[in-house]
Amino acid sequence: MLRTETYTVNFGPQHPATHGVFRVMLNLDGERIVKAEPVCGYLHRGVEKLAENRTYQQVIPYTDRLDYLAAGLQNQGYVETIEKLMEIEVPDRAEYLRIITAELSRIASHVLFVGVYALDIGAFTGFLLCFRERERILDLMEELTGSRMTYSYARIGGVAADAPEGWLDRVEKVVNDLPYYFDIYDDLISGNEIFQARTKYVGYLSAESAVDYSLSGPTLRGSGIDYDLRKAKPYSIYDRFNFEVPLGENGDCFDRYFCRILEMRQSVYILQQAIEQIRETDGPIMAKVPKVLKPPKGEAYHEIESSKGILGYYVVSDGSNKPYRVHVRRPSFVNLGFLDEMCRGGLVADLVAILGSIDIVLGEVDC
Amino acid sequence: MDNKLDSVIKELQEKFSEIKVSEQQVVTVPVEQLTSFMQMLKDEYYMDFLTNVTAVDYPSDKNQNGEEDDEEDKGTMEVIYNVNSITEGYTLMVKTSVARQNPKLPSMFSVWGGAHFQEREVFDLLGIIFTDHPDLKRILLDDSFKGYPLRKDFQWVGGRK
Amino acid sequence: MLETIFIDIANWIRNLLGSAGVPALWNDTVMMLVKLTAIIVFILINALWLVYMERKVAGYMQARIGPNRVGPKGLLQTTADIGKLISKEIIIPKNVDKILFLLAPVLIFVPPLTIFSVIPFGKNMMAIDLNIGLFFVFAIASLSTLIFWIGGWSSYNKYSLLGSMRVISQMVSYELPMMLALLGVIMIVGSLNLSEIILAQESAWFIISQPIAFLIFFIAAVAECNRVPFDLMEGESEIIAGPYTEYSGMGFAMFFLAEYANIMIASAMTTVLFLGGWLAPFGLTFIPSWLWFFVKMYVVIFVFMWLRWTYPRVRIDQLLGFGWKVLVPLSLANIFVTGIGMYIYRALGW
Repeated sequence: MLRTETYTVNFGPQHPATHGVFRVMLNLDGERIVKAEPVCGYLHRGVEKLAENRTYQQVIPYTDRLDYLAAGLQNQGYVETIEKLMEIEVPDRAEYLRIITAELSRIASHVLFVGVYALDIGAFTGFLLCFRERERILDLMEELTGSRMTYSYARIGGVAADAPEGWLDRVEKVVNDLPYYFDIYDDLISGNEIFQARTKYVGYLSAESAVDYSLSGPTLRGSGIDYDLRKAKPYSIYDRFNFEVPLGENGDCFDRYFCRILEMRQSVYILQQAIEQIRETDGPIMAKVPKVLKPPKGEAYHEIESSKGILGYYVVSDGSNKPYRVHVRRPSFVNLGFLDEMCRGGLVADLVAILGSIDIVLGEVDC
Repeated sequence: MDNKLDSVIKELQEKFSEIKVSEQQVVTVPVEQLTSFMQMLKDEYYMDFLTNVTAVDYPSDKNQNGEEDDEEDKGTMEVIYNVNSITEGYTLMVKTSVARQNPKLPSMFSVWGGAHFQEREVFDLLGIIFTDHPDLKRILLDDSFKGYPLRKDFQWVGGRK
Repeated sequence: MLETIFIDIANWIRNLLGSAGVPALWNDTVMMLVKLTAIIVFILINALWLVYMERKVAGYMQARIGPNRVGPKGLLQTTADIGKLISKEIIIPKNVDKILFLLAPVLIFVPPLTIFSVIPFGKNMMAIDLNIGLFFVFAIASLSTLIFWIGGWSSYNKYSLLGSMRVISQMVSYELPMMLALLGVIMIVGSLNLSEIILAQESAWFIISQPIAFLIFFIAAVAECNRVPFDLMEGESEIIAGPYTEYSGMGFAMFFLAEYANIMIASAMTTVLFLGGWLAPFGLTFIPSWLWFFVKMYVVIFVFMWLRWTYPRVRIDQLLGFGWKVLVPLSLANIFVTGIGMYIYRALGW
């Protein structure tokens, strides 16, 4: 009788499809995956430990470097946790500015995902087209925050600076242009026969196991679970906006991909409302916060919906000006937990499609 | 929603007499009852989504000074679980504490699969051993790394003072 | 004048040698060498230029400009690239089979260069007029499979191995529908001689009388060239670069340029077999035949590039399934329909 042997392939850490320095130990039978063991930690910088020796404000730039593709969301999550700890009321205008940066970050992150996913599947043109739109968003963010990727815009108690003259108009213009580009993505990528053949019914994730494995974000919603913290537990001022939570049906790679496209359209909708409302909101952009922050003894856990999933910060204060412990619940990291089961029985090419559809950022996975 | 959570906590307090509830609705459960408590949360209160697992190191002051090593270390480590309910919409923070000398507690993997990676991370950075975990090994750090960096007595070279 | 410019040059050289008193046998040998050298130079320059064309096409499709710095309009960009690659060190990894590893990039150019000797570039413009031209082309073209395998196997790398195994399975399953599709054409013409196949298209190109065969042939040709959407062997997001993974410097460049040489062959064969070769359409004979040939060839090459910059990549099982379950039955049906058509045609006595 013929007997085949499995063999091990080291997929990464330097590999074009792992979106950074991520490694998967693949056990293959021919091209079929028997076992896929994720190995992470190549970008571990010990942010949680570093934070213990910084003052509360000094931690903000470290959060930028977690999910560097959507830094606005990371900043927001951290400062809201500290505000919860200190019970600070944030002025309305600052909240709106945070929402605008957060949603722009979300779109920027999703746009990049669409492009990179197209590249993973093999369509190079989609990759570069998506950078064109991301560039416009980054330009806006640069104008507001002075930085293109690591914004550090949110501050404890408010935001760093008010929007410059005419910035909101430019945001509005870009935001109104975006749906046209999303249509292009649908034409070029989502509607493509080969793209659908590669992603539909691949990497099936049942709703039960998605919940069981604590997966979150579009990965969870692609399986049809309606769980978006912006709707389920509205934080900040998300209860003031009208939007829907797009859901997938089959829980395959395509649904996870398409959820993000629909989510971007919803973000555009939120942004349009936010811009309209912020125009009528004047006032300070910083709450009255002492120069030296010394939160009372205690702890706080706060989660927001980042572009990758549920982003949680757990902060313990011992009454000094430095946090006693900062823990980040990173969606990319937790979402990786189910990779092995999703990949089993698939081909090497499916691994790329599945890993891409989870949308990980290694800065966040490895913290 | 908080009212709902209040009633849940009250019910839980009746069932488990040993749990403590703080003002911020943080539930502290002794290690021995952890598994049955968590299983009940999942089965009867629809807490199906384990968002966060982490731990904090609280060494006793005595030990921090580096004296009296022979005496028993009274420090503890707190393990924190944040559990969400997708259907009901509430969140519960559950805490348990283990002795620093022998940090061992049952793994929640049997209740929520999501504990898999997060418990590995806690083990990696704080050295807390989760018994019955299917694959407890370092996840972020190198396998040959010595020590647990998020413990307060961890010494490292370099860094900003 | 322009029509026969290359033939005139050839005759001029032949007369020159003849008048210098060179014996006929030597004269023929020299002529053959001149012709083949001309073809080699042509292919190499063309391959170089096609890289530039690809980058330009890609640039415009991706809303950017493409190379525009070296030379006028960036035309010398690829020349400079090759210069850089030549000057690079060829890294030989520790455990590779040294001889095969170095032999593969050298051999990779042999099949395309050989094939071009029989392709008619214009009226009476072919280095060798073979009666079994078509057969020769495909026999030699299949050899390149082996060379990819040599490169992948000798690299001592699992990605290379995976890539070269993909090449073999892909080539085997697409060679078959390709040949079967051509049978329709061969049945109509009744000859394997490429010139005769071109001349048979005087009234109507085979793309009109054999549209299905054309489609199958073109799809299979894309697969044979390892181009998107069938570029599984390189699949950079999956297996890094397939058989080329361990190659560096000029070794890599040879594989890279060979890909374009293969594209030229595929386009040239498409032109010869289905687009009327050097025949001028609509009676536009004032344009020389060889120019027509190149125009058609470049249009086909452009389609190749167009596909590449639009489509994603298929998966290996989909690729093989498509080849065996769709293309093979379809090409068999095409043969059947062609046969019946020819029978009716003859029975009607047209």
